[in-house]
Amino acid sequence: MSTLPHPDAPLQLNTALQLLQSAGRELPDGLSVGSPPWLQAVIDGLCELSSRDALTGLANRRQFELTLAREIDRVARAGEPALVLMADVDHFKKVNDTYGHLAGDQVLQAVAHTLLECVRPMDTVARFGGEEFAVILPNCPPAFGQTVAERIRRQVERKPVNVALGVDVSVTISLGGAFAPQWVRSSAALWVERADRQLYLAKTSGRNRACLEQPAISQVSAEEKGMLFGTSQFQDLFE
Amino acid sequence: MTLPDQSTDASGFIPLGRARQVGELAAAQVAPQTAPKRARITAITSGKGGVGKTFVSANLAAALTQRGERVLVLDADLGLANLDVVLNLTPKITLHDVFTGKADLDDAVLPSPGGFSVLLAGSGMVEYSRLTPEVRNQLLAVVETLAPRFDRILLDTGAGISDVVLFAVSLADEVLIVTTPEPTSLTDAYATIKVLASQQQRRLIRLVVNQVNRSGDGRVIRGQLQLVVDKFVTPHLIDPATPLKLEFLGDVPTDPAVREAVLRRRLLLDVMPGTAAAIAMGVVADKLMA
Repeated sequence: MSTLPHPDAPLQLNTALQLLQSAGRELPDGLSVGSPPWLQAVIDGLCELSSRDALTGLANRRQFELTLAREIDRVARAGEPALVLMADVDHFKKVNDTYGHLAGDQVLQAVAHTLLECVRPMDTVARFGGEEFAVILPNCPPAFGQTVAERIRRQVERKPVNVALGVDVSVTISLGGAFAPQWVRSSAALWVERADRQLYLAKTSGRNRACLEQPAISQVSAEEKGMLFGTSQFQDLFE
Repeated sequence: MTLPDQSTDASGFIPLGRARQVGELAAAQVAPQTAPKRARITAITSGKGGVGKTFVSANLAAALTQRGERVLVLDADLGLANLDVVLNLTPKITLHDVFTGKADLDDAVLPSPGGFSVLLAGSGMVEYSRLTPEVRNQLLAVVETLAPRFDRILLDTGAGISDVVLFAVSLADEVLIVTTPEPTSLTDAYATIKVLASQQQRRLIRLVVNQVNRSGDGRVIRGQLQLVVDKFVTPHLIDPATPLKLEFLGDVPTDPAVREAVLRRRLLLDVMPGTAAAIAMGVVADKLMA
């Protein structure tokens, strides 16, 4: 790690270097301090830091929103199917209360790790906040949505988290998912809200399950037809 | 240390691109979007074919032109174009030539009877009846290019709820569904409304009821459709607090003059402007512009 030779260098740059150092991010050797390549390396390091969640190493909320905005552009332009999953650790407060906050942190790290294992490299796994995670899956065919959500749910359930010597905590998560409306420029807020709604459904219907928004159905049921043509007033039109 | 003098440095060397990307999102939310004036895009669709969708498109375009709008009708029924038949046009240059690079877009925009402009698909477009990313991008580019030159673009889409139709509708600011009082036509119109509400989050869909026996029948039909929508569609929307509203634009009475105009391949508003159906089309135009 380079140190600053100049005593009255700007404080912010000092702080930046300290941040990089404490995050274990080394600047490449052989760069002369203050040179453009050195500055580039500092900026790259800061960008990386500002896009990661400190505890889990996943993309943070800021990075998630950036990726989501890009994905919305892509979906609107190319019409590819894309899925957003929201996942929330079940009864997380109980873990904290029973085993302490450090154990809680370990659970979050373990879940983050499992999430990463279950998706493709092109997918973005993010810590959305607290015990809530979000996954963006570009180019995910609707038929695979439930499968991938279910795989994540099962993997988490299958792996108890070791929080202390001889203490394994069973963890489950609930998931909610929604596909982006194809060819339409949706808003990030709306897309997340739709996935969140499904997450809420998963929570209220018993937790440890995955609910995905059902695709638009064009079928018209007999009940709907009945109402459409049923009233006597309406029948007059066909006479 | 001193920071390198960026004015003497190769300015492209410190691409703050990545730093900018992070700030992009925040900036996008602050920067005001001052959109230049562009056409209002109205998709005209129907669940079922043969309900007079193209008749409505052509005559609505004529009525809007009479009211001072610069109108373009785009034949977005890529597979089965028949706007040319209704308007008695034999275009030398079509959208197909534009897509294949044989002609400029400007040359494909033709003057039509009725004083508006048309962009016809051409029969060669059948090969585009399946929506590929290329077709999507080309159609998108065509609409984006032409939008600043008109006050309104009417997208005459195909019937049904295929991916081409849904894509064409997704380009539009507003949707107008043409139906007749016939049960099959109404059922298909209702299915289209359902899909547009859930897939495209449409909350306002306009309705023209064609071939009614009595003026006012269309209003009854809209009311009934709205009841079914309120019961079966709105409760399942993402935001049921913002219900889907069907707006009645007008009904067009069954009129022998319509058949005659279609057979003569003329615009009803040109040849028989005083008939009940022609007057009804004017009412639809007035409502659409209101």
